[in-house]
Amino acid sequence: MKQFFIFVKKECLHIWRDRRTLFILIWMPIVQIILYGFALTNEVKNSKIAIFDQSKDDATREISNKIAASRYFNLVKNVYSYNDIEATFKQGKIRLAVVFPKNFRDDLLHTNHAQIQLIADASDPNTANTLTNYAAAIINDYQQSLNNNEKLPYTINTQLRMLYNPELKGAYNFVPGVMALVLMLVCAMMTSIAIVREKELGTMEVILVSPLRPFLIIIAKTIPYLLVSVLNIACILLLSVYVLDVPITGNLGLLIGESILFTITSLSIGILISNGAKTQQTAMFTSMMSLFLPTLLFSGFLFPVENMPLPLQIISNIVPAKWYYIIVKSVMIKGLGFTAVWKETLILIGMTLVLLFVSIRNFKIRLA
Amino acid sequence: MQAVVVENIVKKYVVKKNTVDALKGVSFSVDKGEIFGIIGPDGAGKTSLFRILTTLLIAESGKATVDGFDVVKDYKQIRNRVGYMPGKFSLYQDLSVQENLEFFAAIFNTSINENYALIKDIYQQIEPFKTRRAGQLSGGMKQKLALSCALIHKPTVLFLDEPTTGVDAVSRKEFWEMLHRLKTEGITILVSTPYMDEAGLCDRVALIQKGGILSINTPKGVTKEFKKPLWAVRASEMFHLMNAIKNDNAVESCYPFGQYHHVVFKNPGDDKKRLEEIIQTNHFSQTEIHSIEPNIEDCFMALMKE
Repeated sequence: MKQFFIFVKKECLHIWRDRRTLFILIWMPIVQIILYGFALTNEVKNSKIAIFDQSKDDATREISNKIAASRYFNLVKNVYSYNDIEATFKQGKIRLAVVFPKNFRDDLLHTNHAQIQLIADASDPNTANTLTNYAAAIINDYQQSLNNNEKLPYTINTQLRMLYNPELKGAYNFVPGVMALVLMLVCAMMTSIAIVREKELGTMEVILVSPLRPFLIIIAKTIPYLLVSVLNIACILLLSVYVLDVPITGNLGLLIGESILFTITSLSIGILISNGAKTQQTAMFTSMMSLFLPTLLFSGFLFPVENMPLPLQIISNIVPAKWYYIIVKSVMIKGLGFTAVWKETLILIGMTLVLLFVSIRNFKIRLA
Repeated sequence: MQAVVVENIVKKYVVKKNTVDALKGVSFSVDKGEIFGIIGPDGAGKTSLFRILTTLLIAESGKATVDGFDVVKDYKQIRNRVGYMPGKFSLYQDLSVQENLEFFAAIFNTSINENYALIKDIYQQIEPFKTRRAGQLSGGMKQKLALSCALIHKPTVLFLDEPTTGVDAVSRKEFWEMLHRLKTEGITILVSTPYMDEAGLCDRVALIQKGGILSINTPKGVTKEFKKPLWAVRASEMFHLMNAIKNDNAVESCYPFGQYHHVVFKNPGDDKKRLEEIIQTNHFSQTEIHSIEPNIEDCFMALMKE
């Protein structure tokens, strides 16, 4: 036991004395959360628009005001010709233009039919879609207010309710994603680098010629990173609750328990990588390519897995981050209990056991 | 019982699809409490041999035992009892002197106090710097720390792979004095070195070259194997002297050694006369010729030629 503790102590000293790496380890999750929270958001807010009003009557003015007053849009320009609209788009000054035809109100009142044209910059298709939807909804709203006084024979009203995230905040989506990403990187990459460093510096040669069991070496190397990860989880959760207003609706204990399980999965991947890598660079790039990208692509955090072609969907199943992401979303955002995530938990436990078994079995007890 | 027995060890490496023989059937044995030197140039196979004996590599064929334990089968027992100091400085550079020593004591289930007597002479010299990081020590101090770490668990056999490479002359001398003190504690020491002058400090030496052992003997025994007379020659123009001597048919070998050239003739006889002839025909000035006793390096050069 004394062997084990001195090894853990030594490992902690390595981390503590390498201040630059420690700094990155602690700050990376914080910076990521803040970046995703405020800068890299895919929410549509204050999008710049222009209005081309050829009618200039009560109706068009009222609709224009409604649109401009919405928090999604920011009216930056009134334009007076189609050419003008195109020029403004080309300058990149606006993302949406609203065009009212001549005699809008007259047409509406007399023929019961009028048109509004919405022109969106579809070089970013998702945003264009969202913007036109929002604008159409505002116009619909106006139409309903017109009809309020009259009784229409048949109407179907759609009623929308956004469950778990009524304000449609992006943070609800990326907090679990960033948690998966950070834990994967810190645990897997740092452990693999830490083990390979001993090989590269030649210290592995010396500690192999000692009574230390390989199993003990591995476990002792992972413990400090487990601690750093717990610190990271705490930071992310505190930030998401107090800065991003993403509440933890589910059981905090369950959430932390699942996170530690995923940490152990990542640690065992790190050990596996270190078995094959000879230099710290190799270990780092292997971790980057085999962990960072799959986690980003296949966890469902940036791109919905359901929309992917079937082969990719199948591949996504072997990415541990996908299951952890599902668990965190269910527990943290939807507030579900263990009964809802036992299947995913079981998959993660299975993956961890297989990975740990393979990596400890393949740990080299000699040099070549 | 012998501390180390090596029988016909063969080790091959595959480098870019070419097989390189690092060790071609090496055999020797080391008695308990002996300082056994493995002397040979870089690339002779010294490190491979040490790694096989410390259970870090597996030989292609052959058998080796350390303290009676097989290096493949009983590797765990061997790892419990030997001390190993690799050629490359292999301690934790970001840990202090004392932290390194404490760590190595603890992983061998012992403590600094328990075996302090054994390392006292060595450790006392670096103790004033015990809070300094190992990476900031000088070459000689690093070696002393590494030796302390390898000794802290009182090993029965100590493997030192080129412990004096890159260390200044004074530290080298001190280092060898320490090894002789350790010998009195009954520790068997296997030490490798590329420096021929250190061979004389061992009880017995094995001269190794290109994966094969040239000779195993006491340092005196090795020099006794050198049968022919050896001559030291110098002149003001050493380079031309070398060419002139080498061009003579009667000369077996001529190589530079310090300020002299060492010369051996194929058929010893009127060696001195022959040398004087060479000098006269080439008009060398400030010449000097005398007979000398061969040292280990001369023997090594002679054995390499065979």
